[in-house]
Amino acid sequence: MSDSPPRASSGLRWSNWNLLLLVPLVILITPLWNFRGPAFLGMPFFYWSQLAFVIVGVISVGIVYVKTKNEPVNRDLPDLLSVDDLDEGESK
Amino acid sequence: MQWTEFIIFLILFLAVTVLGFVAARWKAGNTLDHLDEWGLGGRKFGSWVTWFLIGGDLYTAYTFVAVPALVFGVGATGFYALPYTVIAYPLVFLPLLRMWSVSRVHGYVTPADYVRGRYGSPLLALLVAITGIVATMPYIALQLVGLESVLRTMGINGSGILGHLPLFIAFLVLALYTYQSGLRAPALIAFVKDILIYLVIIVAIVYLPSKLGGWGHIFTLADAKFTKAGSGGILLNGNNSLQYITLAFGSALALFLYPHSVTGVLASRGRNVIKRNMVALPAYSMLLGLLAMLGFVAIAAGTPALVNQATGRADTNTIIPNLFDTQFPPWFAGIAFAAIGIGALVPAAIMSIAAANLWTRNIYKEYFKKSATPAQEAKQAKLASLVVKLGAVLFIVLLDPQYSIDLQLIGGIIILQTLPTVAISLYTRWFHRWALIAGWVAGLAWGFFMLWAIPNPATNHAHFGGSNLPLKSLSIFGWHPFPGSPVQIYVGFIALIGNFVVAAIVTWILRARKVSNGVDSTQVEDYHAEEGDPRLKEVGVH
Repeated sequence: MSDSPPRASSGLRWSNWNLLLLVPLVILITPLWNFRGPAFLGMPFFYWSQLAFVIVGVISVGIVYVKTKNEPVNRDLPDLLSVDDLDEGESK
Repeated sequence: MQWTEFIIFLILFLAVTVLGFVAARWKAGNTLDHLDEWGLGGRKFGSWVTWFLIGGDLYTAYTFVAVPALVFGVGATGFYALPYTVIAYPLVFLPLLRMWSVSRVHGYVTPADYVRGRYGSPLLALLVAITGIVATMPYIALQLVGLESVLRTMGINGSGILGHLPLFIAFLVLALYTYQSGLRAPALIAFVKDILIYLVIIVAIVYLPSKLGGWGHIFTLADAKFTKAGSGGILLNGNNSLQYITLAFGSALALFLYPHSVTGVLASRGRNVIKRNMVALPAYSMLLGLLAMLGFVAIAAGTPALVNQATGRADTNTIIPNLFDTQFPPWFAGIAFAAIGIGALVPAAIMSIAAANLWTRNIYKEYFKKSATPAQEAKQAKLASLVVKLGAVLFIVLLDPQYSIDLQLIGGIIILQTLPTVAISLYTRWFHRWALIAGWVAGLAWGFFMLWAIPNPATNHAHFGGSNLPLKSLSIFGWHPFPGSPVQIYVGFIALIGNFVVAAIVTWILRARKVSNGVDSTQVEDYHAEEGDPRLKEVGVH
């Protein structure tokens, strides 16, 4: 629901940073996590990797917050921001 | 009777009771006789208060006892609670901002208020309100289950009606200060609740594994238990992976459709407060994930479930309280029990306020007293909050708690059926209002039917045995698309798909026939109004 394309008629103000909100959904791809090892402090990979993924979620949403806190976003300007901060997004 | 635990529990319980009554004067506006004030705390909570309030609201006492109890019983699939709360915030990040803005411009108090404004349809709003109330009521009752599991572990495990007396007293106190202080009471108490919970979980997650031989040893024992039992496991298997994914995804979509979640969001001061909270709330997800793993710790510690004297059955919800009781020194167990007990009060208060707001705004004012003044609305909501809590207590005392668990299961699935009406409509009015009603009916009926047909072999119940359906049982008018497949899927997810399909088909027909889609009283700019915008409706004005 958060990734509808921009449509002037619905008054949607879109920022490409919002795409980062999709990154946390990677946690739903369970074949990535469903392993015993490597264990961390004795915890199977399944558990500690998903716990660690909480931080990925926080960083993704955090970047969107920082980049969109001064609304409204101008939807006519091209996205000129540096990609250095985008590391989290690139992993997808 | 565990006296040390009980005395510490009582002291903390009394302390938050005092807070609950004092809260009426905390950040007080001009009057409490207005739903903006009683029901939404003046719509001015900042980032910290909102964080504690929503955290205290979503992560309930029932969650704290039920999630580890589920992991204790089935292993990895119970861990779905973690991905669920990881994806929930990014999913709702954008729609919630629109919901906040449009509600602030028009003075909406409930999600049903918004639907009424968006579609000009009191009927659609009524359906959303009823769905919200029906989904919330058993959830409140389940907070009592959480509170009672703690009381029974402390030795207050009487039989019959008298055995429920402590619970009744606790809820009476809660009802009184909610009546007086409104949303400010749980907002203030949430600080105490959440700090205690963080303290207890962090200590538990460090202290218990070291006492029991480390995580490696704990998982080895848990693995052995599941292998011996022949069901469950510390990893997912081919049959329950889809269930894990759809349950996490469906639950995440449903989370902010619950009226009490919306209440927490609408009580905040501005869009940036909500954004900051979407970043910071996953701290609770981390907590929940760690807590879930205490289910494995309980397996390693050999913690038994206590027998509930009122029902005469072993109650798996006492696993975590019993683990704390047997592993912690009494004084710390007392703090842990207070954390869970107070953890029942905060959400119960917010849920009853949310249900009362729905009743008042979308049923009482709409159908019984159109001319109700804001003061009369506030009075009505206060009384309704008392009725809601009394109803929840009677539900637990007079009926088998299993009914509340069944109903909460149904509640999660029916609240999900309001997604097209409440969330999709924030972006587009493409769905026709009558199509939304048709989709709601279809999703509800189908979801309810599928749940009804799921047996529970563990308790020997023929119906409402869980929220997961093997695909082989999936039937579309007698057609079985996946014959023989044992792969499990979350019922709510299927029902939602059915809902969307029906809504889309009916929309297409009604649009072709040019049937009126109601009057939209919201404007495009309303969905972007920011804190300080001159178009925002004044708060608490008669």
